[in-house]
Amino acid sequence: MPLLQAKGVNHYFGGLKAVSDLNLALEPGELMGIIGPNGAGKTTVFNLITGVYRPTQGQVLLQDQNLVGLRPHQIIERGVARTFQNIRLFKDLSVLDNVRIACYSQVRYGPLASLLHTARFRQEEQRIRADSVRLLGIFHLEGYASVPARNLPYGEQRRLEIARALATRPTLLLLDEPAAGMNPGEIKRLMELIQWIRSEFKLTIILIEHQMRVVMGICERILVLDFGETIAEGKPKEIQNHPRVLEAYLGKGVA
Amino acid sequence: MQQVLNALQLGSVYALIALGYTMVYGILRMINFAHGDIFMVSTYVGFFAASFLLGRSLHLPNAVVFVLTLLVAMAGTSLLAVFIERVAYKPLRNAPRISAVITALGVGLVLENLTLATIGPEPRILPQVIPRINLSLGGVSVSAIQIVILAISAVVMFVLDTIVRKTMTGTAMRAISFDKSVVPLMGVPIDRIISITFALGSSMAAVGGILYGIAYMIDPYMGIRIGWWAFISAVVGGIGNIRGAMVGGYILGFVEIFVAAFLPSTYRDLIVFALLLVLLVFKPTGILGVPVVQQKV
Amino acid sequence: MKKRGMPPLAKRWLTPALLVAGLALSILLPQLGVLNLYLQQVIIYVGINIILTISLNLVNGYMGEFSVGHAGFMAIGAYVSSLLTVLLFPKVWGPFVFPLVLVLGGLAAALAGLLVALPSFKTRGDYLAIVTLAFNMIIKSVLENIDAIGGPRGFMGMSKLTNVASVYIWVLITIVVLRNFVFSNFGRGVLSVREDEVAAELVSVNTRQTKILAFVISSFFAGVAGGLFAHVLQFINPKSFTILKSTDVLVMVYLGGVGSITGSILGASIYTVLLELLRPLGVWRWVVGPLMLVVLMITRPRGIFGLRESRWLSPPEEVEADAAATG
Repeated sequence: MPLLQAKGVNHYFGGLKAVSDLNLALEPGELMGIIGPNGAGKTTVFNLITGVYRPTQGQVLLQDQNLVGLRPHQIIERGVARTFQNIRLFKDLSVLDNVRIACYSQVRYGPLASLLHTARFRQEEQRIRADSVRLLGIFHLEGYASVPARNLPYGEQRRLEIARALATRPTLLLLDEPAAGMNPGEIKRLMELIQWIRSEFKLTIILIEHQMRVVMGICERILVLDFGETIAEGKPKEIQNHPRVLEAYLGKGVA
Repeated sequence: MQQVLNALQLGSVYALIALGYTMVYGILRMINFAHGDIFMVSTYVGFFAASFLLGRSLHLPNAVVFVLTLLVAMAGTSLLAVFIERVAYKPLRNAPRISAVITALGVGLVLENLTLATIGPEPRILPQVIPRINLSLGGVSVSAIQIVILAISAVVMFVLDTIVRKTMTGTAMRAISFDKSVVPLMGVPIDRIISITFALGSSMAAVGGILYGIAYMIDPYMGIRIGWWAFISAVVGGIGNIRGAMVGGYILGFVEIFVAAFLPSTYRDLIVFALLLVLLVFKPTGILGVPVVQQKV
Repeated sequence: MKKRGMPPLAKRWLTPALLVAGLALSILLPQLGVLNLYLQQVIIYVGINIILTISLNLVNGYMGEFSVGHAGFMAIGAYVSSLLTVLLFPKVWGPFVFPLVLVLGGLAAALAGLLVALPSFKTRGDYLAIVTLAFNMIIKSVLENIDAIGGPRGFMGMSKLTNVASVYIWVLITIVVLRNFVFSNFGRGVLSVREDEVAAELVSVNTRQTKILAFVISSFFAGVAGGLFAHVLQFINPKSFTILKSTDVLVMVYLGGVGSITGSILGASIYTVLLELLRPLGVWRWVVGPLMLVVLMITRPRGIFGLRESRWLSPPEEVEADAAATG
């Protein structure tokens, strides 16, 4: 069955229709891209999936479970993770803490144990620390473990955001413009990274991107939004020459 | 109906003080907790000014004394407020907001206790410059004081509203409250506008102070009592919104007078705060406040 | 800037040993007359203020909220514990039920903390400040209106059950419990709420649970402090628990430093002692005190120890791991 489905999702902000009749079915393991001009509603889609906004209409299903109405952290617990267009790391906390916080829902002790630092607490803390350090290692960030996140170079901050997202043990990963601000060399490494984590962590990935190289390069399927509407969907080759897509980006009158 | 007049009277004072809170919050996003004590200081300035003018055998007509007292109080209070802003608040404009709030609390305490230490805790009353006559209108007893309070408040609030809406300064003030970083780029002298805001807000409080002083007694602790009430008025009306502050002030005036009329005085605080709480739960931005748009992710 | 720590084995017994020594001193010094009654009183107030400050710091410092009504929780603890010792338990049982009574007072305050946590889900910043302020005033008003417990005249009759030793113990408990909480999953959750609440939710942090925990723990200890306060003053009335008292605690939190237990200990101690030292100035003490605060805020807005913690308090694993990573 599809991992993620959106059925007839409409979302209004007051009188403004931000997302119009979104329908989506994503199979496990797929790598899908969402593109569209600025303001098309791409990040809104992510917000709707992760529960930041509650869709005015429609359903969002993870396997067969309706996500609508759940609080964001509950959705994350069910295996959805995301990164952000503008990096939203916990800037004053250490790199390690940023990752450890993402383990919040997996921790196997309760508040009382935390007040008393019981044996169980210490055991779990050790496990979380070890897991987090290992994750940092995968992203070559272990040397920065006690550094405050704000002091990291930009590229490392982006990688940390991905590492943090992976710490929640997701099955579905939403990446919001991960290549923003990167130079060609970094972009190439990012593309390899995304494909690598997909197979390594058995992820299904949705990617919002403006950099066409990334989208065309690694996405198997692309969804194109404009003013909240889905104007095209299909394989990269189909989208590249799709008249409505070109029109959306370049304006009418350009073939 | 008598009570309605009393409520209007009290409400006017709250509204005037609330304006100061709301204007400063609108422009600096900071709750100036010292404002209530600035109000208190203004009443003492008025007290000394009036006493001085009356005592010097200048034989000025009472009306002139009154007006002069008002002007002196407004000027003095504005100077004080601008001074405080420059010395204590300006350095903290980019610090965590909490620091500014703590500083404001501190400044308020300093003002309060300075007054206490130098002038003493005994309540005083402003020299009588308004004749204590009562008129009878339609079966209701209206005092000259009440008329003065209501009239002056209305005029002053109208003037302020006009300033904010119609002048360049007012527009600049509103612009700053929307986006502080962009406004200097437009050639607006942001420091000057901020100082003007403080001066205006404190002048309002000074007017409120004098009007309060001619009707009730003053003491160094009134800043806390009245000040907090005015603050709540501003919040109820929607903090940052000037008309809201006026509305809030009158609402609170009415609540206070009518609660006191029907229930024992110890319940007054309780009711006011309970209402406030209920309001905030259901409409956090106050009555006229603009709802804060959901934070975009 | 890493200081060379002492070898682990030595450090392990050093801290407990010092703490026990402290306890011994807290019992002996008053008995031996080394500490006169006045000094004992000051130390007791310092201790009570430390508990108040650390507990408020959890919500205001670590979680970055703006709770302005801490005195309300203190009031609940004070009244509940006093009612218990005066009306419920026989007087002779006093010293034995004191810990229980304090805990019950704390739990009552914690319940109130739970109530305050609820609006915190929807409002932040200035509005939460007003809500907590309103809450503080409501509690004061309610207490004033209940004649059975004295109303505005207050309540008295408590025995002087608070002494240097009991304060010392409770200060220790507060420090240990809060430090444990802060260096745990839930503590990290609290920090993430301060940093970026929306992002925290989106990395699986249950922010509502976190906020509830923070408020409940914070108000519990405020309640305990209230109980200690009531049983040293032996008289309480609603006027002791107004916004003015809350302001005092705020000052101590921001003086010592947000998000730092060490800072809170420092802030509370300095402020309490300072006010005592200034006592000869009479009413001018209340001018000088706040003035110094204003100056401090202008020159060092984050407080003395803002966001930093002394090594004594960090759990050993953290310190060792830090050293390993960067050393």
